[in-house]
Amino acid sequence: MAMHVSTIKRTVTLGLKSLWMHRLRSALTMLGIVFGVASVIAMLAIGEGASREAQDAIARLGSTNLIVETVEPPKERADTGGQEEVHRYGLTYKDAEAIHDTIPDVDVVVPIRELDQEARYRRRKVAVKIVGSIPWYTDIVPIRMLRGRFLSSIDLRQQQNVCVIDERLVAGLFGFEDPVGKDLQIHGSCYRVVGVAGAVTFEAGRNGSTNGAALSSSSGAAAGNVYMPLTTAKSRFSEMDLAFSGGRESAKRVELQKITVKVQSMDDVLPMRDVVEALLKRLHEKNDYRIVVPLELLRQARRTQFIFSIVLGSIAAISLLVGGIGIMNIMLATVSERTREIGIRRALGARKHDIVVQFLSETLLLTLAGGLLGILLGLLIPLLVTHFGDMPTIITSTSLVLAFGISAAVGITFGLYPAYRAANMDPIESLRHE
Amino acid sequence: MVIVAIENLCKTYQLGSRELCVLRGMNLSIAGGQYVAIMGPSGSGKSTLLNVLGCLDRVTSGTYELAGQDVSILSDDELSRIRGARIGFIFQSYNLIAQLNVIENIEVPMYYQGRSERESVSRARELADMVGLADRLTHRPFELSGGEQQRVAIARALTNDPVMILADEPTGNLDSESGAEIMRILQELHARGRTLVIVTHDSNVAARAQRTIHLLDGRIEREERTGPL
Repeated sequence: MAMHVSTIKRTVTLGLKSLWMHRLRSALTMLGIVFGVASVIAMLAIGEGASREAQDAIARLGSTNLIVETVEPPKERADTGGQEEVHRYGLTYKDAEAIHDTIPDVDVVVPIRELDQEARYRRRKVAVKIVGSIPWYTDIVPIRMLRGRFLSSIDLRQQQNVCVIDERLVAGLFGFEDPVGKDLQIHGSCYRVVGVAGAVTFEAGRNGSTNGAALSSSSGAAAGNVYMPLTTAKSRFSEMDLAFSGGRESAKRVELQKITVKVQSMDDVLPMRDVVEALLKRLHEKNDYRIVVPLELLRQARRTQFIFSIVLGSIAAISLLVGGIGIMNIMLATVSERTREIGIRRALGARKHDIVVQFLSETLLLTLAGGLLGILLGLLIPLLVTHFGDMPTIITSTSLVLAFGISAAVGITFGLYPAYRAANMDPIESLRHE
Repeated sequence: MVIVAIENLCKTYQLGSRELCVLRGMNLSIAGGQYVAIMGPSGSGKSTLLNVLGCLDRVTSGTYELAGQDVSILSDDELSRIRGARIGFIFQSYNLIAQLNVIENIEVPMYYQGRSERESVSRARELADMVGLADRLTHRPFELSGGEQQRVAIARALTNDPVMILADEPTGNLDSESGAEIMRILQELHARGRTLVIVTHDSNVAARAQRTIHLLDGRIEREERTGPL
């Protein structure tokens, strides 16, 4: 089977000549492979793009983080006996302390209190979300400071009326003024702006995957976040939340919306979840919290993506298969049309093996040329999808290699049978063939 | 030197349950440099004999030695090699390859013998020149007349310096003028010492040969000496 470079060159030249004889037929045959390969690449790129966005959103939550969230439990009417009472639930400062003090492997515990408020500066007002937390908040959420500084431990200890606003609020409240050093009015008190932070969004994708939506931490109405010391948020704002529903006044009392626990390494995340869960179970009678593990979500997302890729890949592979069958069909027709040529070659000294090589290389040329064109088209389609469809796409080198490999494999698989059929024709019969 | 030594050769085809005997116990010897014509009515076994001589077909029984080599025991690949290296075929319908030009058509047998491209090209040019097609090298078969196509085929038959040239009705498709030209070339090859075997219906063609073998019903009916050996 050893083939010389010059032999390969001559085989290829001969193959090209034969294919060129039937240009239209060759081009049409190739189209099947072109579209097959292009769809493999495009589908994988779209699938990869869609999932990468979700994965990034989850990864931003931190793969070493464990997020405990307050969940409103169903009210137990029977206990209150119809008497109006404040509905107390959720995570407490005590929970945060307990986690911090009793679990040794915890790296950072960050309690978070969230409130929807209205912030004003001079005449302008904007709905904001107050995020009351501690200076170590930046350990669990990758906040980028654009100006000034983040909250400090002195702010926390002294319950300073300071805040850090997120960049999305700057234009709405301050216009072209520099917000740092200005006083923001919230709920009747003034807070000195000490820094501007880059916006952190947890929304997964513009389409919002289910996982991402559940993790979304910014409520719809708020234009942006205002970070302030947890102590300040605790003392300045009531924990009561009054609301009217069904003609009745109801009150809720929630201390903390979230406690984020950070551990040293990803391996510690899942054991830590069990420990935290056991601890909270002791402290809470009601099921008023839930534990979200970004790492687990990430793994799920990856699994989903894997399945998604397989499904898309299979669809594309089927189209390649159809293309391959088309090629086999044409090659069988070509072989029977060129029966006489095969007879001549056999008479002039071609072995069966030489005939196999000749027809197989023609099929391979067709599929590889189709594969290359398909790759070009496959690179173009994701670009168009991103440009016009506003969807992220990621072309991986693996998909290119895969698509090219598949087209070569299709060429060999579907070229072998016609080639062997050609080789096994009786030379005498072939020479007589009209 | 004896080029063809056939002893007691039988060729039987299996047609369903019936056996069809095409060649029945044939003995034939052709010496190097002879010019032999084979004649006979259709069905007399001419084509089968030619196929056997050209190593395209195997014998059912008996022996066939080509230039001292017993070819009845060779494998398919070995037979292919013999066809390419030792036999030159000339067909009635020229049998050039449509997608190749003159020079490439002449090169085909050399390609299968694994000769280098440079060597093949120079040999092909030389042969094209010999058959008077030096100015037609890049023409494709459909651009050539029948006579020119047959001349390409002759050049192609000579590439590997065969021990025997087999021609099957080489002038059958040609007008008398082109036919005469082809016969002249064959005559010249004979004069240069080539061994030629021609199957023909045309007694004028046969008359040029030294021996004419008449076949009937798979046997040699008679042999004529039409020229000096």
